[in-house]
Amino acid sequence: MLDTRPDTLPARPGVGFKPQHFDAIMADPGPVAWLEVHAENYMGDGGRPLAQLRALAERFPISVHGVGLSIGGEGPLDADHLARLKHLVGWLNPTSFSEHLAWSTHDTHFLNDLLPLPYTEATLTRVAAHIDQLQETIGRRMLLENPSTYLAFAESDMPETDFLAEIARRTGCGLLLDLNNVFVSATNQQTDPVAYIDAFPMAEVGEIHLGGHDEQQDDHGAPLLIDSHGAEVVDPVWALYAHTLHRAGPRPTLIEWDTDVPDWPVLAAEAGRAAALSTPVDA
Amino acid sequence: MVRQGEFTQALLDPSAAVPPGLTGPDGRPAGKRFAVYRNNVAVSLTKALETGFPVVRKLVGDDFFTAMAGVFLRSHPPRSPRLTLYGETFPAFLEGFGPAQRLVYLPDVARLEMALRESYHAADSDPIAPDALAALPPEALMGARLHLAPALRLIRSRWPVFGIWRANTAAAAPKPAAGPEDVLVVRPGYDPVPLPLPPGGGGFVAALMHGRPLGEAVAAAEEECQDFNLSAVLQILLDHAALVDVTGEDAP
Amino acid sequence: MSTTVKTLAVAGAVAAALSAHGTAAQAQDQEQVKCYGVSLAGENDCAAGPGTTCAGTSSVDYQGNAWKLVPAGTCETMELPDDRMGSLEPLDRDVPS
Repeated sequence: MLDTRPDTLPARPGVGFKPQHFDAIMADPGPVAWLEVHAENYMGDGGRPLAQLRALAERFPISVHGVGLSIGGEGPLDADHLARLKHLVGWLNPTSFSEHLAWSTHDTHFLNDLLPLPYTEATLTRVAAHIDQLQETIGRRMLLENPSTYLAFAESDMPETDFLAEIARRTGCGLLLDLNNVFVSATNQQTDPVAYIDAFPMAEVGEIHLGGHDEQQDDHGAPLLIDSHGAEVVDPVWALYAHTLHRAGPRPTLIEWDTDVPDWPVLAAEAGRAAALSTPVDA
Repeated sequence: MVRQGEFTQALLDPSAAVPPGLTGPDGRPAGKRFAVYRNNVAVSLTKALETGFPVVRKLVGDDFFTAMAGVFLRSHPPRSPRLTLYGETFPAFLEGFGPAQRLVYLPDVARLEMALRESYHAADSDPIAPDALAALPPEALMGARLHLAPALRLIRSRWPVFGIWRANTAAAAPKPAAGPEDVLVVRPGYDPVPLPLPPGGGGFVAALMHGRPLGEAVAAAEEECQDFNLSAVLQILLDHAALVDVTGEDAP
Repeated sequence: MSTTVKTLAVAGAVAAALSAHGTAAQAQDQEQVKCYGVSLAGENDCAAGPGTTCAGTSSVDYQGNAWKLVPAGTCETMELPDDRMGSLEPLDRDVPS
């Protein structure tokens, strides 16, 4: 059969797939046009996870989102993990592959968090080399996601937007613009999220993420937002989304809801809200 | 310059100082902002262990489990980004964890929970047609090799590990009775099922897992239990799609 | 038992298992196998175990002293009358020989 899948995600809403939503999605996906899965959850040898993913891939474009490669790690990339990614991307042939500007492994310890990086020439060189290696291994272009950050490195000497633009220029990778991360980081770093978006290399953006966060305070009473993916998208993030659409036009947009995952109708409604914001441009 | 090794050490040791060079927006030391990362690591790995070992958690209680998970995750952080299999070393850790020593059966309960998880993610397989077994002439039977499904696991315990597991998962399950239990984990579809084996069944399945022919497996089972009921154990294997091939004496 | 008798016994057991399996298979078609034979929450994903997340948490890590706590869950109700499950040394007679 002819493979008619396009090589980019549709410029419509998608959601992060959760197994408990499988039946609801297959029955009626509503406004949801594509699905994203975490690569690491589909690296078993068989069973229900792979069976569900195969069934979903027959009906929906799939975005594979890696959360554990540690692209920003000081050490070499984990060769076994690279091989597993290659295998997954090989058999599934997803529409998109993305990973994070972060590190999560040191020596052989996987820390299960997206840890921050200083924005320096040394980090640029290392991250670019790792992305080159990954893109070569999986034989396709990847998207790199901007992180949520809770602190800064005194040694950083360039803005995150410049860092990401330079990575895209050196490696040819695309970018994943997470607007909740933009809002979380800008609040935590006390910078302007709109200025961040205006400085972002929008031509490289292959996907947008929207999600919810929690609010805390730091030691001095300043707001400290936590990227929890456990709530609805807040209005200021929807406003950033509208601003981004105005600048960039409609883009594939993911609703991320990873903790306290709601029933399908709630998630579908969030996707519907994203669709409604894109509609004027779609029409 | 903050090295990732230093960052990692401080992440895993709550009493360690926040590495210098990490700041808040105004250039002040990061303080609580670093604690966000510490919490992300410790809380997410604790939750991973809670998800993977619900019966162990129920047995020891939430507070004890959380405290124990904190010790484990710091001494045994994951060695792979595949969290689906995190906790492989948890049973062995429990063997040596002082405050849980009185619960001698706890490591085997953890082994059973890990086996269920491994089985869930194991490769798919098709069961043999019953005809394949029926077609074997009697003289070929003793030397035949029965090949087991990749999702099959065997837990041999000197404790009633199945009874304990069931009493903590099923409503109105009976209290476990004392005595050793061998538990077979099979996966007829996509959901693993733990089943207690009759006496000798553990020795029989273990021998098959080691690739020994049927005759030797029966002998191993009868060493453990003179009245080993081969028919009952074969039926369990057949009913749960656990036999995937049968090969003759000379086949590997 | 002679080898022949032994072989016949094994052949008989295999035949009995196959015959019983034929009956059981029909019954199983009627009743879908659920997780562990019981219906658990999130039935679709019973034994999946932990998955990954790229989210952070606002929960605070527990930092009490694990070594001062004692187990306080259902283990208390798992004790058997003769307290063998609570005894420190497993009994040799419980080991399959």
